[in-house]
Amino acid sequence: MEGLDRKLGVFSALPIFIVLAITFLAPLFVVAAFSIMPAKVFSLANVPDFSAYATFLQQGYWKSLAWSLGMAFASTLLLFIVCWPLAYGMAKVFGKFTLVVTIAVVVSLFVSENIRLFGWVLTLMKGGLIAGYLEAWFGVEMESPLYTVPIIVFGLVYVYFPFMLFPLAQGIAMVPDDARQAAADLGASRWRILWEIDLPLAAPGIVVGSLLSFVLAAGALAESKLLGGQAVIVFADEIETAFTYGQNWPLGSALSMVLILIVGSLAIVGVSKIDLDAIMGRKR
Amino acid sequence: MAAEPVLRLKNIVKKFGAFVALHGINLDIRDGEFLTIVGPSGSGKTTLIRLLVGMDSPSEGEIWLNNSRIDKVPANKRPTCMVFQSLALFPHRTVGQNIEFPLKIRGVGAAERTARARELLELLRLPPHYQEKRITECSGGEKQRVALARALAFDPEILFFDEPLSALDYRLRKTLEKELKDLHARTGKTFVYITHSLEEAMVMSDRIAIMREGKLEQLADADGIYTRPVSRFVAEFMGEVNLFDVEGTAQGGLHGRGVEVHVNGQMEDIGISLGQGERGTLMVRPEFVRILESSGTSDFIVRGILRAEYALGSRIQYEVEAADGSRLSVEKLREDRYQGAIGDELVLGWDLDSTHLIRED
Ligand SMILES: Nc1ncnc2c1ncn2[C@@H]1O[C@H](COP(=O)(O)OP(=O)(O)O)[C@@H](O)[C@H]1O
Ligand SMILES: [Mg+2]
Repeated sequence: MEGLDRKLGVFSALPIFIVLAITFLAPLFVVAAFSIMPAKVFSLANVPDFSAYATFLQQGYWKSLAWSLGMAFASTLLLFIVCWPLAYGMAKVFGKFTLVVTIAVVVSLFVSENIRLFGWVLTLMKGGLIAGYLEAWFGVEMESPLYTVPIIVFGLVYVYFPFMLFPLAQGIAMVPDDARQAAADLGASRWRILWEIDLPLAAPGIVVGSLLSFVLAAGALAESKLLGGQAVIVFADEIETAFTYGQNWPLGSALSMVLILIVGSLAIVGVSKIDLDAIMGRKR
Repeated sequence: MAAEPVLRLKNIVKKFGAFVALHGINLDIRDGEFLTIVGPSGSGKTTLIRLLVGMDSPSEGEIWLNNSRIDKVPANKRPTCMVFQSLALFPHRTVGQNIEFPLKIRGVGAAERTARARELLELLRLPPHYQEKRITECSGGEKQRVALARALAFDPEILFFDEPLSALDYRLRKTLEKELKDLHARTGKTFVYITHSLEEAMVMSDRIAIMREGKLEQLADADGIYTRPVSRFVAEFMGEVNLFDVEGTAQGGLHGRGVEVHVNGQMEDIGISLGQGERGTLMVRPEFVRILESSGTSDFIVRGILRAEYALGSRIQYEVEAADGSRLSVEKLREDRYQGAIGDELVLGWDLDSTHLIRED
């Protein structure tokens, strides 16, 4: 019986596996292949050439990589701290009001990211919405916070908010109320309960939310361009430049591969540490 | 009897919006006793115990532990603890870590914690290697013991239980009931136990409090509750019973439909008398009712027809339809079983000293 189940399982997974292979794995292989192609050749039938990777190491691209990863890390951490109370409320306190919060957050996704970010630019720029009102009402002149690193991180936090919020709420919903109450009954303070009960039991949601936010933020481009101006060059920007202005496809591919490898290994480590079934629903 | 109670409840009221879940509970819990609070589902038992451990606070009234008032003290600052209906074990921790939890919170060192956990495992008859076992790998009975060990590790002044055995099968429940009683004797702690099962209460408790719709109906030892219930509700809750509506007569006797009263004089002596026109309920348990010869006499007599017979294991229960249509039950030990047949006309009788009179307003 089990053998048959297993065979049927493989069988029913086959279509989606093929789709994934074509849409996901194949492009990855193409990028990998391009990254070891000599520059300005445009043919895959060549001796592998790793000079693009050498360029990555020699020309200071690691700096923009560090900015991207650093800001992704900062925004993920901030997202976690900002989303936890709201996610907690959604999972345990709000009741029916949770639906209102969910809809409000989801509706924001209907408007394209670029347009929303541009809204922030208009709001925050010199002589923009905030500065303008401040000056008109209080006569205070304000320096625009635009074109700095903190505002880029703010943009990342703003854009990837739902990607942390929903998995986190899902994770917190899995923490049994009676375990929290029992911990309190046995003498644990609020903080102790957070540390001993909430965080470990909500871990699947925390890992999924953090991975999503980190991965998306590490590859983000719009926030640094629109809000950050040229304050820092992020890694995705370098990749884009290599493919477009630079017309250096091997370099662009090599840079992409570096990011994919870093992010991919993080994801594999993260996912292997948690029980995905717990959050995605039981497997039989 | 201890002079001062460990826990004293003064006029505890709990409201959820307009709904009053507890209507002024007064209760003194004695040091070292095993007190069971019994009541049907929805009678407010869980609500009451949540107030006592500090997971909720009363709308009115006071709770005193020894000589300090604790109703405003949060759960994590109270020296009491509770074994949950769901057990509420921490699924992400091992058996050992669960037991050590209260000690860890208190800042006890790792070596001492492990040693104490080992002692508790032994006290609860779990093998020492269970320390490393995952909670999810334990059986129902084992989880039960782990929850108990964890509560004992906290070393509470009073240990509360909210129907911890209700999810287990009958045999395991019976075993654990005895173990709990034994554990109570060995630890000398005050146990306050909640259940909807009368049987559980009878087996374990020193005293039983009966709860009904947010009020304490009666508080007594098992014998008192069983033989001298204060209300029809308690009488019926505590098992099979025969009840008759009666009224006091001018001569100081009792008169009731379907019951012949052949007692003279002594009724007042044992408290079974009513003023003229006063109403009450006469109670007799099925095991005290005898099947008489047709000419036999007894203090109380009812005539009826045998309608059914049920085997209850060691006992046989008979259902008899009285002349006025009401049903009586009679229980006999198997060796004394009635030799006749269904449809026989029977004369049932019982004595004054196995009779109890319930006066209700
Ligand atoms: N948080 C609450 N809000 C509203 N009503 C409640 C709440 N908790 C309990 N109740 C009500 O109080 C009554 C007693 O409940 P409970 O104490 O759980 O009973 P028991 O434990 O005896 O079965 C029930 O009618 C229940 O619906
Ligand atoms: Mg209950």
